[in-house]
Amino acid sequence: MCLSIPSRVVNVSEDRTMCRVDTMGVQRDANLMMMAEESIEVGDYVLLHIGFVMNKIDEAEALASIETYREILELMDEEERRQAILDDDHCENR
Amino acid sequence: MKALELKNLYDDFRDGKTIQAYAKRIAADAKKLKRPINIMEVCGGHTHTIMKFGLPQLLPETINFIHGPGCPVCIMPKERIDHAYLLAMQPEVILVTLGDMIKVPGSRGSLQDARAKGADVRFVYSPMECIAIAQAHPDKKIIFFAIGFETTTPMSAVLIDQVIALNIPNILFHINHVTVPEVMVELIDSRDVHVDSYNNQIDAFLGPSHVSVISGSKIYEKFPKAYGRPVVVTGFEPVDAMEGISMIVKQFIEERCELEIQYKRVVSYEGNLKAQALIEKYFEKVSLFRWRGLGNVPDSGLKLREAFDAYNAEVIYRDILPIAQIEDHQLCICGDILRGIAKPPECTIFGTACRPNSPVGSCMVSSEGACSAYYKYGNLL
Ligand code: SF4
Repeated sequence: MCLSIPSRVVNVSEDRTMCRVDTMGVQRDANLMMMAEESIEVGDYVLLHIGFVMNKIDEAEALASIETYREILELMDEEERRQAILDDDHCENR
Repeated sequence: MKALELKNLYDDFRDGKTIQAYAKRIAADAKKLKRPINIMEVCGGHTHTIMKFGLPQLLPETINFIHGPGCPVCIMPKERIDHAYLLAMQPEVILVTLGDMIKVPGSRGSLQDARAKGADVRFVYSPMECIAIAQAHPDKKIIFFAIGFETTTPMSAVLIDQVIALNIPNILFHINHVTVPEVMVELIDSRDVHVDSYNNQIDAFLGPSHVSVISGSKIYEKFPKAYGRPVVVTGFEPVDAMEGISMIVKQFIEERCELEIQYKRVVSYEGNLKAQALIEKYFEKVSLFRWRGLGNVPDSGLKLREAFDAYNAEVIYRDILPIAQIEDHQLCICGDILRGIAKPPECTIFGTACRPNSPVGSCMVSSEGACSAYYKYGNLL
């Protein structure tokens, strides 16, 4: 199931094709080629899907859902938490 | 799968209570309904949530769920899985696809079986991984077997865009992308034909949110307008699903028939225009796509535009790819399940000959299929 944990952009590559995102403490690279140029900035919250940024998420909404996920993830050990976050944007229902 | 464990925590945690609270509110509202309503959740993610939280038991009998065809793995007809299998068996080919395809049986076996026979089949997390595979194996042909709804189509478009831009000579595509609104139309039309005998047509749709992140909510506009069916584009979290259902019930009570967005935090009316332009650039509609269990659905599939024939594995390998349709097991009633005419336990081999580890029909294949969700949450596991 897609829980869609919001990820925060921490870095955008010079050619603006890739970015580094932080999903509740887990960092990874995401492809920006589906987003209009200049539309994503450091600090934006985004929704990921199979390695791509799909769209921006409204910041207030993103923070509210992160809070929910944080409480849930607190109940997991470190490795479980990492795996859950990484698995999250791999939705079977695309 | 770890994501499921994450989800399981909802049960004991905060959302369990929120779900109960929502259920009460919906039940109270539902008392004002003039007649029972049938809500189709188009997407398998929603089916999963609905079964996981036992919503059919939690909500009043006046709200009935019809589980839709929104599982791209489940709807893949056997002949197309055979294509993947046959391509994978070519000595010069590395077949690359997304993980969910591994178990799906065609008439010759699944990709897992092909791999056991020595085929090079790779399951990737992102289509872009094809590029590194192609560069590491210049002597091989990498065929990306692309699956998925509007949500995943633009990722395939970005891959071909890059293959052309970087002049990568050894990546080909086998496209199996399908579109949601067309199959919704088909489901309405085919059920309306039977409406006297079944008397339970689809009254409203819970629209999948991620499809609309790309395509916008605009793709559903015709359903309230031309077909008189409300659509609420809804997120995948359990609480999102409950809010979406509540919004549908409210529309019926207030005698409205509208397109609404529950998942406003990411979905807009227009969607992601750049992604839409990429889809338009590389893909065009096929006049018919055969959905496993449902049959031919007009305009519901995509293929590469002719200008990109040089990248199209279906064109290049046409001599070895059969075109005949292959029917499903005769006892499988997936088609009726997807149309909402039957529920999984009505299938005579549900849970016996057909189980998640040895699926006979499509609805049992992915964990998001209706039969699989019933199996898992009906305490049969
Ligand atoms: S239980 Fe299996 S055979 Fe029966 S309808 Fe479901 S998928 Fe088809």
